[in-house]
Amino acid sequence: MRIKALFQRLREQKRPALVAYITAGDPSPDRTADLVAALERGGVDLVELGVPFSDPIADGPVIQSASERALAAGTSVASVLEIAEQIRTRSEIPLLLFSYLNPILRFGVDALAREAKRRGIDGCLLTDLSVEEADKTVEAIRAAGLDTVFLASPTSPQRRLELVAKYSTGFVYLVSRTGVTGERQNIEASLETLVRNMRQATDAPLAVGFGISTPEQAAEVGRLADGVVVGSAFVRVIEQNLHSSDLEAKLEAFARSLSKALHGVAA
Amino acid sequence: MTGTEKPGAPAGVAAQPDAGGHFGPYGGRFVPETLMAPIEALEAAYLEAKADPAFQAELDDLLTHYAGRPTPLYYARRLSESLGGAKIYLKREDLLHTGAHKINNCLGQVLLARRMGKTRVIAETGAGQHGVATATVCALFGMECVVYMGEEDMRRQRLNVFRMRLLGARVCGVASGSRTLKDAISEAMRDWVTNISTTHYLLGSALGSHPYPMMVRDFHRVIGVEARRQILEAEDRLPDAIYACVGGGSNAIGIFHPFLEDTAVKLIGIEAGGQGANLGEHAARFSGGSPGVLHGAFSYLLQNDDGQISLTHSVSAGLDYAMIGPEHAYLHDQHRAEYTSIGDEEALEAARRLARTEGIIPALESSHAVAEAIRRAPRAKGEIHIVNLSGRGDKDIDIYRENFVELDAQGPDYAH
Repeated sequence: MRIKALFQRLREQKRPALVAYITAGDPSPDRTADLVAALERGGVDLVELGVPFSDPIADGPVIQSASERALAAGTSVASVLEIAEQIRTRSEIPLLLFSYLNPILRFGVDALAREAKRRGIDGCLLTDLSVEEADKTVEAIRAAGLDTVFLASPTSPQRRLELVAKYSTGFVYLVSRTGVTGERQNIEASLETLVRNMRQATDAPLAVGFGISTPEQAAEVGRLADGVVVGSAFVRVIEQNLHSSDLEAKLEAFARSLSKALHGVAA
Repeated sequence: MTGTEKPGAPAGVAAQPDAGGHFGPYGGRFVPETLMAPIEALEAAYLEAKADPAFQAELDDLLTHYAGRPTPLYYARRLSESLGGAKIYLKREDLLHTGAHKINNCLGQVLLARRMGKTRVIAETGAGQHGVATATVCALFGMECVVYMGEEDMRRQRLNVFRMRLLGARVCGVASGSRTLKDAISEAMRDWVTNISTTHYLLGSALGSHPYPMMVRDFHRVIGVEARRQILEAEDRLPDAIYACVGGGSNAIGIFHPFLEDTAVKLIGIEAGGQGANLGEHAARFSGGSPGVLHGAFSYLLQNDDGQISLTHSVSAGLDYAMIGPEHAYLHDQHRAEYTSIGDEEALEAARRLARTEGIIPALESSHAVAEAIRRAPRAKGEIHIVNLSGRGDKDIDIYRENFVELDAQGPDYAH
């Protein structure tokens, strides 16, 4: 229930959540817990731990490269679970497991849900699991006491937004624009419509991601949504400092620049 | 897709997927939400077009006058006699415009794209045959065309890269992963999710999210429909066995599907055995893989213990892919079709044999099916076998040269 509690607390504080995506195991599995700690120090409220996948069709080049680095470093679903456990020994930050479906199927959905819960993960988002195919998976994940978060997109008609809302607990993840993950110059005007339509379908918190990379963009989106997801921009900081002892400090500083921009911004 | 005979199957084997695109447990729709609405729109447009006689008439006209249908069903007398067993017929898809069966599906889908108001078409290609067919139909209809192709495949299939460019398409090399078909599909999906309002993704095999496996199959059913009619005309009976190579499985499902109900007809799909049985050395999904999700569908897949997609190998770029189309997975589990594999060397040898006995140089993909027929025919005296010769070998000449070096020696033959 860490996710629910987080959004309740932030609603009282009248500020949106800063959500960070990083690929677990990038640059190596033994670094990830420290990177998450740095993100938390910088003001990140929720972390999406990405499970690396060989064929990440929804991701742009930055996260594709992160996946390749993580896999080359030997990262597996089992090691992502271990990473979560390490994080949990020293932090209560909500953790969302973010994965393509196949590694989870291979691990076994029931086993994954059980293990994820045991290690301190709070919810799962499976990128290529459509709501149409989700019944059994959602049942297993919820039975273990985890949240299930689904994506909604500017292309989703109202009927689909309602389905996505129905299958989501904790929050709903709105994709700000069509396309793959990656930084962009502008936030699209269609986002406002998507947020408005989704609010009609659910009272759950709405987090918005894809393409948000600067404090200004974060603030702009934060005025509309309950959470702002930044992924590729964090992963790029990791990519640019792979061998630098300053990596944690730089991640923390970047997180701080984003979280500052979200203070005093209320949806 | 001549709709003159009814699709069907024996009791227990469904000829059509359910409403969600499932063939038994396989298929379905496993894509990010952004693609779901476009895929639903595609399905609706396809079902509407399928029921529209004007659409069918235009497609039939193009298949006849542009692509060159019907293709012959040719009795390969010398090949058959040299094997001393079954009579082997070749379904000559290699004689189609652009040199392979791929054009059947491309014509269907480009008409559909135009009907949906799309102005831009993207495609993936492995061997380049689907890329060439896509570039061809885009030229014919004046559409912008972008083809994604793994850099390894671009190297292996240089001639087809040039053909696509000559036809006005842009060929985008894909440098990620294994730099083959799987990476080209991933990149095409990324393009599609970015440009969905203008763009139709002309997927080239019976793969991916529903409705693609059903739609691509429907556009290729004409192969089996013709073959069925032709063999009845020639022999007054149905064949005992049909062979087709299976990468994603479009030519195979196209020829198999109209025979599903004819349970006495053995349907044999041939995967790429590559260079060995270890993961990474082949593309034999049934013997070496297990069910999983890739590129929008649930089907048999080559993957490691951690659910990462394996690299594959085949001398034939068109068979070099980690997943098999979901309907094949279903036919496999239902035991309605049988799947086996042929290695690189045997496929090459089959190509040479067909060239020398029949004067036909097959595509390396199709050579896998020829090779399986060569294996089985000697023990099948009195039987009639059909091999779907899905493509011709022009595109593979460089690979044949590399593998038959003795034929490529300098100097005139009379000096030897």
